[in-house]
Amino acid sequence: MGFIRRSSPKARPMPVSPKQARTLKHRSWVAFLVVPPVVFMSLFVVYPILSAFAYAFYEWRGLARGEFVGLANFKEVLLGATMAPTVWNAFLHNVYALVALMIIQNGGGFFLAWLLYKEPFGFRFHRVAVFVPVVLSTIIVGFLWKLFLNPNFGIINQAIYSIGLDSWAKPWLGDSSTALGALILANAWHFVGFPTLVYLAGMQRIPSEIIEAARLDGTTEWQLLKNIVWPLVAPSTTILFTLLFIGAFNWFEIPYVMVGLDGSPFGSTDVLGLVFYRTAFGNQSASIQNFGLGSALATLIFLFIVVFASMLTLWLRRREIQF
Amino acid sequence: MREPTMKLTRRILMGAAAGSFLFSGTAAMAQQTELTFWSWRQEDKAFYQDTIKKFQAKEPNISIKFETYAPENYQTILSTALAAGRGPDVIQVRAYGNLETIATPGYLLALDKQNVPELVNFPEPALAAETLRADGKIYAVPFAMQAQLVVYNKKIFKDNGVNPPKTWDELMTLAQTLKSKNITPFANGTATAWQNETIVGGLLSSMLGKQFEEDIISGKANFTDPRFVNALAKLKDISQYFSPNFTGVDYPSSQQLFVAGRAAMFAGGSYEVANFKNQNPTLDLGVFPAPVLKAGDQALIATYYDGGYAVNAKSEKKDAALKFVRFLATPEYGTAFTNTLKNLSPIKGIKIEDPITQEVAKLAENSMSYLMLVRFRYQEPSGSVLLQSNVQKMLAGQQTPEQAAAEINKGIATYYKPFQK
Repeated sequence: MGFIRRSSPKARPMPVSPKQARTLKHRSWVAFLVVPPVVFMSLFVVYPILSAFAYAFYEWRGLARGEFVGLANFKEVLLGATMAPTVWNAFLHNVYALVALMIIQNGGGFFLAWLLYKEPFGFRFHRVAVFVPVVLSTIIVGFLWKLFLNPNFGIINQAIYSIGLDSWAKPWLGDSSTALGALILANAWHFVGFPTLVYLAGMQRIPSEIIEAARLDGTTEWQLLKNIVWPLVAPSTTILFTLLFIGAFNWFEIPYVMVGLDGSPFGSTDVLGLVFYRTAFGNQSASIQNFGLGSALATLIFLFIVVFASMLTLWLRRREIQF
Repeated sequence: MREPTMKLTRRILMGAAAGSFLFSGTAAMAQQTELTFWSWRQEDKAFYQDTIKKFQAKEPNISIKFETYAPENYQTILSTALAAGRGPDVIQVRAYGNLETIATPGYLLALDKQNVPELVNFPEPALAAETLRADGKIYAVPFAMQAQLVVYNKKIFKDNGVNPPKTWDELMTLAQTLKSKNITPFANGTATAWQNETIVGGLLSSMLGKQFEEDIISGKANFTDPRFVNALAKLKDISQYFSPNFTGVDYPSSQQLFVAGRAAMFAGGSYEVANFKNQNPTLDLGVFPAPVLKAGDQALIATYYDGGYAVNAKSEKKDAALKFVRFLATPEYGTAFTNTLKNLSPIKGIKIEDPITQEVAKLAENSMSYLMLVRFRYQEPSGSVLLQSNVQKMLAGQQTPEQAAAEINKGIATYYKPFQK
């Protein structure tokens, strides 16, 4: 305030105090930092999402937008005689994948992390080794597993033959009872390093006195894991469960590479991502591109993920303990 | 209005730079029209560059830029460009339902005997493949006919003293003979969904017959017809002679099995022949049509047209584009196409050098449509998707031929009027 009174009359045409100038400088600096990402996000994230949402309310003939049809596309996706059975079948497979990956990938990651935490012989090497597949491109992993699972020269069946369990050998990706499981295992192999690393970091954050105190009290390994480690890595669990939830319902790459757009054999590996791609862009054998139905499906997947991922996060947050 | 000046400039330049390649080139550029031409056939690039050179010998003022995109993304990239009001001047397009996706919104220029007189060079079914059902107009000049049949390894047949079968029973006996000698009779596998449709086309066409196709079109029969169900049952029988663990064998693996000479036959497309030969030039191959049920029946292959060359309706260089498309409709081009790419051009009066292509052309005289692609790829659920998944399921032993036929029929009946009676 004092500055204003003391300022000379000459400065009056531009009545900017140093403080105001500082504020202005500060504000333009903030604007300089904030505006580009906001423009970028609006242009490349918000606008496409909103336009996909808008597309869902129109009829499409190829890529030409036709009439406004209200909720008809949503109705067809959820209840239509042709589309709905495919969508629900795929949704069910996404749920299977979520449950199985939750156990195998996140659960496996937790136990691997515990093993690494205890620093066994060569743990430095194993810490890296577990994470290496995560770094590989999903396309490569899918291709690799497709070769491993080849019924006639894949190493999996070769291994089974070599130990004499011939009846166990199967055309893994061609059998509707094993194909989805094979995709889930390939995905778990690919990504198990990620939960391992996150859990390992979470475990290393636990004050060592707590674990030592528990050991002195004579807890068994299982009690220690169940009652001390598991509750204390809750923040890691929150992140991993939420990410896996989102990933499981957006699942696309591994199924696409390993079984193709049709969810072969006969829809037994179909997931929502594949249904969306086929509906919006068509595939070799259907030729029909329907942006209206595709957008409606994409919007529904998006809303489902946002709502349930938020609920899941809130619920998981509540079990986190401060220490 | 700038014409005279340009001509003058050109003359001066031409005179001044007589004998100089560089300068004459620049001068020609001055009034050249440059067309862009999009395709998904990266592997045919050399052939198209050569074609463009031949075309330029006739039309030196038109130059053409040939650009390719990956087949699986081509339709998406093309549709997006066209929707944005851009896209190339000349477009390689697909046929049937796929063509309708881009022809319906008016992205393509309608072709007729006025703007492309060469359309008379094509047989009726070829033009039908590039016709929009809604307005009956032709939108592209067809480029290739494909057929589903059986490709066989002549050497394996000769070594085992067997001949291409005429009837289904002969095929069963032949397959048994080969299997007993530890040779995989058919390289085919069913893990890749669309392979199931090519297998049906290659093996069952003669048992289905032209009359069946007519009855389907007229609505006299549907897919629960005994001709269709019985043919599917025969397919189930023969599948024991497919590659080991065939339900898990995908398209590339089955191709490799055949290319390596470890299987005697491959039920599939005529387009496989060139591909097999490229991978293993020592292969001695032959083709035969789907075996007939009883001796004396007409042996058929299943044919369809791959696609065509279209002109962008929004192009500013339509005249030049039409000139190029007309060139792509001449027997001269058809002959080069057939002999270089070993794919049969539908243009009448071409001269075929390759013996197998000759054989395919001869077999094509007795053919039915590759049914689901030609007739039922316009609406969801497409006949192709239904056939593929239900045959896949049937061959995996999870449904009977009757159930498969009923499922296929049920799906198509949701939109196909003749089945709804």
